[in-house]
Amino acid sequence: MPEITRDEVAHLATLARIDLDDAELDHLAPQLSVILESVASISGVAGDDVPPTSHPVPLTNVFREDVVRPSLTPEQALSGAPASEQQRFAVPRILGDEQ
Amino acid sequence: MSDTLVAFDDVLASYDPALGLEVHVELNTATKMFCGCPAVFGGEPNTQVCPTCLGLPGAMPVVNGKAVESAIRIGLALNCEIAEWCRFARKNYFYPDMPKNFQTSQYDEPICFEGWMDVDVDGETFRVEIERAHMEEDTGKSLHVGGATGRIHGADYSLVDYNRAGIPLIEIVTKPIRGAGAKAPAVARAYVSQLRDLIVALGVSEARMDQGNLRADVNLSLAPKDSGTLGTRTETKNVNSFRSVERAVRYEMQRHAAILDSGGAIFQETRHWHEDTGVTTSGRPKSDADDYRYFPEPDLVPVAPSREWVEELRGTLPENPVERRARLQAEWGYTDLEMRDVVASGLLGPIEETVAAGASAQAARKWWIAELTRRANDAGVDVVDLGVSPAQVAAVQALVDAGTINDKLARQVFDGLLAGEGTPEEIVAARGLAVVSDDGALGAAVDAAIAANPDVADKIRDGKVAAAGALIGAVMKEMRGQADAARVRELILEKLA
Repeated sequence: MPEITRDEVAHLATLARIDLDDAELDHLAPQLSVILESVASISGVAGDDVPPTSHPVPLTNVFREDVVRPSLTPEQALSGAPASEQQRFAVPRILGDEQ
Repeated sequence: MSDTLVAFDDVLASYDPALGLEVHVELNTATKMFCGCPAVFGGEPNTQVCPTCLGLPGAMPVVNGKAVESAIRIGLALNCEIAEWCRFARKNYFYPDMPKNFQTSQYDEPICFEGWMDVDVDGETFRVEIERAHMEEDTGKSLHVGGATGRIHGADYSLVDYNRAGIPLIEIVTKPIRGAGAKAPAVARAYVSQLRDLIVALGVSEARMDQGNLRADVNLSLAPKDSGTLGTRTETKNVNSFRSVERAVRYEMQRHAAILDSGGAIFQETRHWHEDTGVTTSGRPKSDADDYRYFPEPDLVPVAPSREWVEELRGTLPENPVERRARLQAEWGYTDLEMRDVVASGLLGPIEETVAAGASAQAARKWWIAELTRRANDAGVDVVDLGVSPAQVAAVQALVDAGTINDKLARQVFDGLLAGEGTPEEIVAARGLAVVSDDGALGAAVDAAIAANPDVADKIRDGKVAAAGALIGAVMKEMRGQADAARVRELILEKLA
């Protein structure tokens, strides 16, 4: 398991919108490596006959009927919003592009 | 600042274009992809939201079975393989159009893959290979407030409505389409148009491009002619009409060629299409921020459609499009040329519906191809987005067939329909458009025309019946077109017998 570099931690922090200063990066980068190594040790235990598992419960095809259920009222929906206007969620100015 | 463009023919002398199309289809399920909120268009802001589609803590998504069914039917209609087992994945990004900070999508396990669709362009068939069709959810709608332009740049803040967030989407991605050459723009348009026909025939979406039910992203690259390679592509987003798909491909071909001719390089980037000016502008370059850190969605179990279910759904598919075109042409008695125009205009479906609503095939073709297409071109929209429905066209033709109006008056009825003045019958009444076949009023006009044109009248008395045309014209003018021309002719001949 290759060590996770300080640059990679900085990149991840940027992607996750977490502002880390140099001291924090120095502190966290080795810790993340340790965590990854610990998780990687599981790979050593699993034999070739154990496939990677994303879902621990052996269930598939859990579907819902296409039937409308009540929505929240706009007042309820917006009640937790820090700011709203015109019955919409107000969010800070967006830089960059729409997805 | 405008881009330098190379003449289209010169592009083809030096380069081979490769196209790729990504089409998002918004399904017409009653509810959203992962919750029971209604998936209808046009509700008041944030009236169709719940803890799940708002991404509130603890809310759990559950897959809409009907959406999976629609995805499989689309895949089968596109000759795809259907995955025996596949998962949803989280596409992580920070943009407030999704309140969860991720979009639930599929990553390396699409439900449908490896298909194809044959596309007719000017009588030539192109096979478009389908890479994949996967399930995902639509995003919310942002309104940008403040700033000079009202567009995203310069906005002071944004207001978000999450009614659309979570509506089921199927994203259909082609493999690179090569070898289309000069027909690349037409192939792109034909693909989107014929894909829309297929979606409509499947009944899985309203498929209205003007309402965003069907949205196309156009990838284009150029490679040196006969090199067999693929160049760097640009992706032009949200090209929202058939016509624009064609124009955007053409524009990007000409723009790429100018850059490559001058020794420059194409940067992989997103571009925006501007319907009004017919140009694309740079969006943003692909960057580190496009690291979406996909991972399997832990809150949704895998989808594993049984082969029995897939075969059952295969049995519900509409007729194969190629066979359907051949059948309709035979039923309608159109010439090859007429049929080609209809298919190229994306009017197969509307004409079929118009005929089903009672109009003759020739009448339906006349109104859609001649009258409505001209109006759509004048308005700069696709004819299917003009706002006149097949049922309305059939209703107008029924009034013509009944002798209530003639073709000339029918055009005024279309004016009324486009102005939202009600049903064809209401428009005829409100505008006073019905033809006059009342002999009293017509007789007076005929007498006046005869009196005003004694020479013509004499000719008719002498048996030169063909001369009646001049008198009919005079009467029609007098009646402002609202006369039954056949009855006018009868009256003239009676009076001059």
